[in-house]
Amino acid sequence: MKILLVDDSSTMRRIQKNTLEKIGHTDVTEAEDGVDAIKKLAAGGFELVLMDWNMPNMTGIEALKKIKADPATKDIPVIMVTSESEKTRIMEAIQSGAANYVVKPFQPETLAEKISSIKK
Amino acid sequence: MASPVKVEHINPFISATLETFKSMMRTTITPGKIILVKGAHLSYDISGIIGLSGGAKGTVTLSFPKITALKTVSEFIGEKVVTMDDTVKDAIGELANIVAGAAKKDLTQYKISISLPTVIIGENHEVQGGKECIPLAVPFSSPLGNFNLIVSFKSEG
Repeated sequence: MKILLVDDSSTMRRIQKNTLEKIGHTDVTEAEDGVDAIKKLAAGGFELVLMDWNMPNMTGIEALKKIKADPATKDIPVIMVTSESEKTRIMEAIQSGAANYVVKPFQPETLAEKISSIKK
Repeated sequence: MASPVKVEHINPFISATLETFKSMMRTTITPGKIILVKGAHLSYDISGIIGLSGGAKGTVTLSFPKITALKTVSEFIGEKVVTMDDTVKDAIGELANIVAGAAKKDLTQYKISISLPTVIIGENHEVQGGKECIPLAVPFSSPLGNFNLIVSFKSEG
């Protein structure tokens, strides 16, 4: 599964990448904000996006809306992985097309479970 | 005249810090007695700061001595870190971000927005609060070492 991992924190990218590797996902591309994510998605082939919310240049929710508005990317599932923990934010993301939502802080098992549920 | 942060406003940040260390570092930390930052001369080597805006204004800061920061970041990323490099800077900023974000769910009435992290590195620097509100510090002890959570929080209106 080709995965795009979007987070402005290199630390969070490293943590999530390690989790992905542990559950067998090694084809991971990193993006550091929404602009970078949209640019990298244009290359095609991605089957899952893990998206942070608060990022410079283009936020995760803005990038999510762009992904869902583009016929070329609208079917790629997007899991939001973010410290935005309020229900209103979660609802906004789901209504904007997010397939799932992981709130930081999270245990690696939680992220792994959400990814597995997408695969099914 | 400025007044200290109210207890009901600092408690969500304490809970969020406990939750963050438990979930992401599998480490149990213990909060100590809350103290006023003013006059306490608390000094640190690295601080991650998040600004709060919206229905409340303020800052959330996690401040660490160097040795605690290195141990905390090593535990956070699952790899041993021995120097105060960009990895440590990014990780401390992200920890502050996670704590601020997690606390928001218990402060929804203020519709708070959080800033991107700012990280200060410098031996023995002190963290001061704004003029509107006297910040409070919560000293935490942990197997990784001691560190402080500093909260400045002033609700609008």
